[in-house]
Amino acid sequence: MSDEVDKSRRQFLTAATMTTGAVGAVLAATPFVASWQPSARARALGAPLEVDISKLDPGAMMTVQWRKLPVWIVRRTKEMLAQLPRNADRLKDPASEKSDQPEYAHNEARARKPEYLVLVGTCTHLGCLPKSRFQMGVGEGGPDWPGGFFCVCHGSMFDLAGRVFKESPASVNLQVPPYDFISDTVIIVGADTAPATGVA
Amino acid sequence: MGTSSEQMTGTNGGRLAALNRWFDARFPAHKLIREHVSEYYAPKNFNFWYYFGSLAIVVLVIQVITGIFLAMSYTPSDTEAFQSIEYIMRDVEWGWLIRYLHSTGASAFFIVVYLHMFRALLYGSYKAPRELLWIIGMLIYVALMAEGFFGYVLPWGNMSYWGAQVIVSLFGAIPGIGEGLAEWIRGDYSISDITLNRFFALHVVAVPLLLIALVVAHILALHEVGSNNPDGVEIKKHKKPDGTPLDGIPFHPYYTYKDLVGTGFFLILFAIVVFFAPTLGGYFLEPPNFEPANPLNTPEHIAPVWYFTPYYAILRAVPDKLVGAILMGLAIALFFFLPWLDRCKVKSVRYRGWIYKLFLAAFAVSFLVLMYLGLQPAQGTYVILARIFTAVYFAFFLLMPIYTQLEKTKPVPERVTFHA
Repeated sequence: MSDEVDKSRRQFLTAATMTTGAVGAVLAATPFVASWQPSARARALGAPLEVDISKLDPGAMMTVQWRKLPVWIVRRTKEMLAQLPRNADRLKDPASEKSDQPEYAHNEARARKPEYLVLVGTCTHLGCLPKSRFQMGVGEGGPDWPGGFFCVCHGSMFDLAGRVFKESPASVNLQVPPYDFISDTVIIVGADTAPATGVA
Repeated sequence: MGTSSEQMTGTNGGRLAALNRWFDARFPAHKLIREHVSEYYAPKNFNFWYYFGSLAIVVLVIQVITGIFLAMSYTPSDTEAFQSIEYIMRDVEWGWLIRYLHSTGASAFFIVVYLHMFRALLYGSYKAPRELLWIIGMLIYVALMAEGFFGYVLPWGNMSYWGAQVIVSLFGAIPGIGEGLAEWIRGDYSISDITLNRFFALHVVAVPLLLIALVVAHILALHEVGSNNPDGVEIKKHKKPDGTPLDGIPFHPYYTYKDLVGTGFFLILFAIVVFFAPTLGGYFLEPPNFEPANPLNTPEHIAPVWYFTPYYAILRAVPDKLVGAILMGLAIALFFFLPWLDRCKVKSVRYRGWIYKLFLAAFAVSFLVLMYLGLQPAQGTYVILARIFTAVYFAFFLLMPIYTQLEKTKPVPERVTFHA
């Protein structure tokens, strides 16, 4: 037996040990990292929600809580809908190309049925709750205000399809959650399709 | 009797000395005290600005002790957290004092740390050979911001809730992985009981451990390279025959006693706030946070606590979420690169040119103005001012490699100047 160190053998063994150790560390860390994901209970509490909209008047808004997020349902009037195409020049993303909405709401009214607007009511800037400012020419938006939502935290402004105005710090339109009509007066928020069996 | 007194005073040092030797052979207590306290030689010309390092340790101790006692009565739960704070304030014996010490300590920590950092900018304490010392210090600052943020969420007031909402959603600005990352941090679809519990664990265990480890590393690094001083000259260049610096004095007793006086003055000011103005007019404890968290009601005007507002003002100055978040991150990250951005050979502001003095003053003013603007609503003139002072803030860092080469410096003395 030689007293000399076999350097290449030592180098190989060091590298192999370090690699095995690193793989082990990543595997050992996985359960801890994964434990930060929403738990089964949080996911269950975030299940879809049925909402009765039969009492919603034209021009009025109701707020329901889904996944602790406020979800707005606005029954838009004909005047409100007529204003939407006129806003286009003043919007950052008028066709909602960069924004988050289901495919069936990827249209000018950003809705399944133009009359009913369903939005997640948290500002896409930093998550504050914008206030409804439906009246034209009234409020923080000044005399040209076409009606919509105003976020008091950082001044983001959205029209009545949740589309963001150019001078806002928010970059994209308000999110449209997945939803569907179970009947004419009941919608389900949080699912793209109404449950097959007649829940309503 | 004779033998016993001989043992006490004899050449071998007696029983006490024997006990000391027994300990020293097993634990290097005396060696550590010699190296870091009684035989750590610091420059003899320390001035007012050199109080804030030791004061930061004083505040850390206050926060750790009061924090342990608060954790005994606090309940991290979305239904009970707010009430448990009221319980501490009203029902726990002396609970109000322990909580006010902790809440005032949080603001005091940042005051002391900001002054400590400004000292480094004044005297070039971040320059070679102290780059790593500065970086460890910056890591402490970042850990402190995380600690302050998590702690602010715990009372579960409405500003706690919405502050957490705003800060966590900042991570959502990262393209691609952002939304998933924000959800992972929250552990839920919005800030909830789950988020509160993990922030509690981070606030009372993880970040304090990290902070203490970093403070130890900061002191070890300091004692390795030696302290800078108001003249920015290296005292190790001129040594006595015994090898100790000619312009150095032992940390103990000279600076332990100096710092004791500073601590006394600090505690007087601290006590005035704790006893007479614990909320400090809404700056140390904000009025909207005396209302329980409400996921369906944003406070009219969201502002973080004063020590975060300079960065918040920068974030809001930009009309784009991603760019705003990047600038905000950059505003903090640029500090780390100071040792390499500054090309001037002279350390102390005493011997630097007017250009650096001008830029440093402009930077300090922009930091304070942004601090004020971050507390104001993001409207009109405030936004324009925030944009102007954001530009000044970044000019200090980004133009530094240029203006620090242009400045005309004065001759630096060979040894420290000292007028007793």
